[in-house]
Amino acid sequence: MSDSKRVLTKTYHQPLGDKLWRNFVIGIPYFWLLLFFLAPFAIVFKISFATPIVAQPPFTPLFDFTANASQWLLATWDNYRFLTEDNLYWVSYFKSIKTAAISTLICLLIGYPMAYGIARATSTTRNILLMLVILPFWTSFLLRVYAWMGLLGKNGIVNSLLMNMGLIDSPLQMLYTDMAVYLGIVYTYIPFMILPLYATLEKMDPSLHDAAADLGAKPWQTFIDVTLPLSMPGIIAGSLLVFIPAIGEYVIPALLGGIDSLMIGRTLYDEFFVNRDWPLASAVATILLIIVVIPIMLFQRSQQEQE
Amino acid sequence: MNNENTIKANQSAKPYVAETPWLDPEAVPFIQIKGLSKQFDDFSAVDNVDLNIYKGELFTILGGSGCGKSTLLRMLAGFETPNAGQIIIDGIDMANIPAYDRPINMMFQSYAVFPHMTVEQNISYGLKKDKLAKAEIATRVKDMLELVQLSELAKRKPNQLSGGQRQRVALARALIKQPKVLLLDEPLAALDKKLREQTQFELINLQYELGITFVVVTHDQEEAMTLSTRVAVMDAGKFIQIDTPTQVYESPHNRFVANFFGTINFFNATVLSTDPEAQTLTAQLEKTGTQLEAKAEGRFSASDEVTIAVRPEKISVSQERPEGDHLTITKGTVEDLAYYGNRSVYRVRSQSGRIIQVSAQNNQRSEQLVLEWDDEVYLSWDSSCNVVLSE
Repeated sequence: MSDSKRVLTKTYHQPLGDKLWRNFVIGIPYFWLLLFFLAPFAIVFKISFATPIVAQPPFTPLFDFTANASQWLLATWDNYRFLTEDNLYWVSYFKSIKTAAISTLICLLIGYPMAYGIARATSTTRNILLMLVILPFWTSFLLRVYAWMGLLGKNGIVNSLLMNMGLIDSPLQMLYTDMAVYLGIVYTYIPFMILPLYATLEKMDPSLHDAAADLGAKPWQTFIDVTLPLSMPGIIAGSLLVFIPAIGEYVIPALLGGIDSLMIGRTLYDEFFVNRDWPLASAVATILLIIVVIPIMLFQRSQQEQE
Repeated sequence: MNNENTIKANQSAKPYVAETPWLDPEAVPFIQIKGLSKQFDDFSAVDNVDLNIYKGELFTILGGSGCGKSTLLRMLAGFETPNAGQIIIDGIDMANIPAYDRPINMMFQSYAVFPHMTVEQNISYGLKKDKLAKAEIATRVKDMLELVQLSELAKRKPNQLSGGQRQRVALARALIKQPKVLLLDEPLAALDKKLREQTQFELINLQYELGITFVVVTHDQEEAMTLSTRVAVMDAGKFIQIDTPTQVYESPHNRFVANFFGTINFFNATVLSTDPEAQTLTAQLEKTGTQLEAKAEGRFSASDEVTIAVRPEKISVSQERPEGDHLTITKGTVEDLAYYGNRSVYRVRSQSGRIIQVSAQNNQRSEQLVLEWDDEVYLSWDSSCNVVLSE
C-alpha cells in the first residue's frame, strides 16, 4: 500500500534535471538583458550624477571613501538642473519625438497597403515580395544613406533629371532639409513596419472578410470594422519598431538633415565627443529613456490587460 | 382579447410549404441555377450545373472534398464569380449583385465569428450595416438571443464560448437579417457527436418555424440524410443524383451514389429477361449463376451487363434454410463478425468465394453471440431489395 503510494508520488514529481534545464533556458535572456542592457544603463545612470573633469575618465567618482562619513557620496543634480535651464535640450527632445512620430505615421500609411497586398498575394509572389522588402538590408546602412545624398544633392540625379526635362531652371534644395530626414527614416525603417503588419494580416482568417461582406458590409466597411481592429497588434508592434529607433536616430539627421535639424541623437553625440561632458550626456540619455520607454511600457501593459 | 387571439394564431401558423414542390411541373423554383461553371486555372471546379431549389426546402449538396460543392456555395453567396451560367433567386438574376447586397446569408464552416466583438455585437452587425433604427436592432437582437438561447452570454467575447455556442452565434448572426436563403457550410462538422444530434433537430425546427430556404453543403452523408428535403450528390463538379434522402439511399442511380451512402454489396450480373408490365427483370449472377428477380424501370433489356446492389441491413442471416416467395437465398460461412451492441455486422464468404456484408439487429437479449466464426449460414433477402444499377 505504502509502496504503491511512493511510486505514484515519484512519477508525478518533476525530475530535478528538467527543472534545472527549464530555469536555465528561461534564465538566458534575463542574463543577456542584465549583462548588456541593465548593467550599461546603471553605469550611464551613475555617470549622470558626476561632475565633468579633465582626466581619464572625464568625470568625478561617485564615492569618495577617504572623506568623512557625511561627505562620501559625491552625487550632484547639477546635470539634470542644467537640462531644464537650457532649452536646447527640450528643443531636441521635442524635435526627435515629432520627427519619429511623423515618420512612424508615414511608414504606417505606406506600409499598411504594402503589407496587405503581400498578405493577399499568391504564395510564390508573396515570397518574392517579402524578399524585396528585406533586400535593402543586404547593403550597408551607411551606403544607402550616402546613396540618398547622391540622389538628392544639388548636382544629384533627381535635380539633373528634372532640369534636363525642363521642369525646373535651378536645382531644388532637397538635401539638408527636414524632408530629406523624413525620407531617410521612412526608407530605412519601413521594413520594420511591413513585417509585423504582414504577420498579423497573413494569419487573419479570410472567411471573416467574407462574413462581413455577407452581412452587408461594403469593402471599405469590412476594412474599418474587421481588418483594421484585428490588425491592431501588428500596427502597434510595427509603430514601436519604427518609433523607438527613429527617436534616437543619429546618422540620418546628421548626414541628410540641415544644421538646424537638432535631434537628440545629435545633441548626445555633441555632448559626448565635442564637449566631452560625459555626465551631462548621460543625463540626456537617462531622460530620453524615461520619456520614451516608460510611456511605451505602460501602454503595452494596458494592451496586455485588455486581452 | 379577440385581437390578441388572432395575433397568437398568426404567430403559430407555419408558413405554407408544399411537401414535394419538385414533383409539381407548375411550381416555380425559388433558386434557379442554369449552366453554372467555374474554372480555377485548368481545373474545372463546377462544370455546367443545373439545379432548381424550391421555397422552404432544406436542400443539401453532398460530396467529397474537392467535388466543387463549396465553390458552388461561394458562387451563390457572391464570393466567387462564375465563368458561365446564371443564378436566379426569387426571380432576380444575381450576376451583377455583389455579396453585400444579396438576400442571402451564410453560416461559415469555421463560423467566422468576429473575435473582437461580443456575442451581441456579432449578432447585430448585419442590422447595423442595413442602417436600421437602434430600437429595432435592440429588440430583434434580444429576440434572436432568446431564440438561440444565448441571452446570458450576450456580453461575452467569442473566445469565452464553447464550440456549440460559437456555432449558435454564427447561426443567429446569419438569421437575424431574415434572408431569403440561408447557406450553411458544413454546419455540424466542428461539433462533437452528442451536440451534433441535438443541433441537427434544432436546425430542422428552426428552418420549419422561419420558412427560410436552407442550402447546406456537407461531406457527411448522415448529416445530409437527417437534415434534408432533397439531396444533390456531387462529384467532380457535376451532380450525380438529385433526390430525396430515401430515394438516394434506396434507389441510387449508380455505384458512386450507392457507395457514398453507407456500405452496400455489389454483384455483377447479366439480364436474362425483362417483364415491362410488372417492371421487373430476371438476372443471372456472374460467378454462381444464381438467378434472381429485381424491380427495375424499363431502361434495361435482355443480355445487358448490370450491377445488382443490396444493402447489408436488408439481408437476413439464419442457420436454417428460410422459406418464402420472392426470396434470393445463398449459402456461406461467417468469416468475420463485429458486435456493436444494438446490431452485429457479419462478413460472410459465399459459395462463390465473394464476401457479403450483413448487418443484423440484435433484437433478442442474449449474452452469447448467436452466430460464431465459421458457422454455416443461409443469407436471404426479398427480391424487392435488389437494386439494379447500369454500371
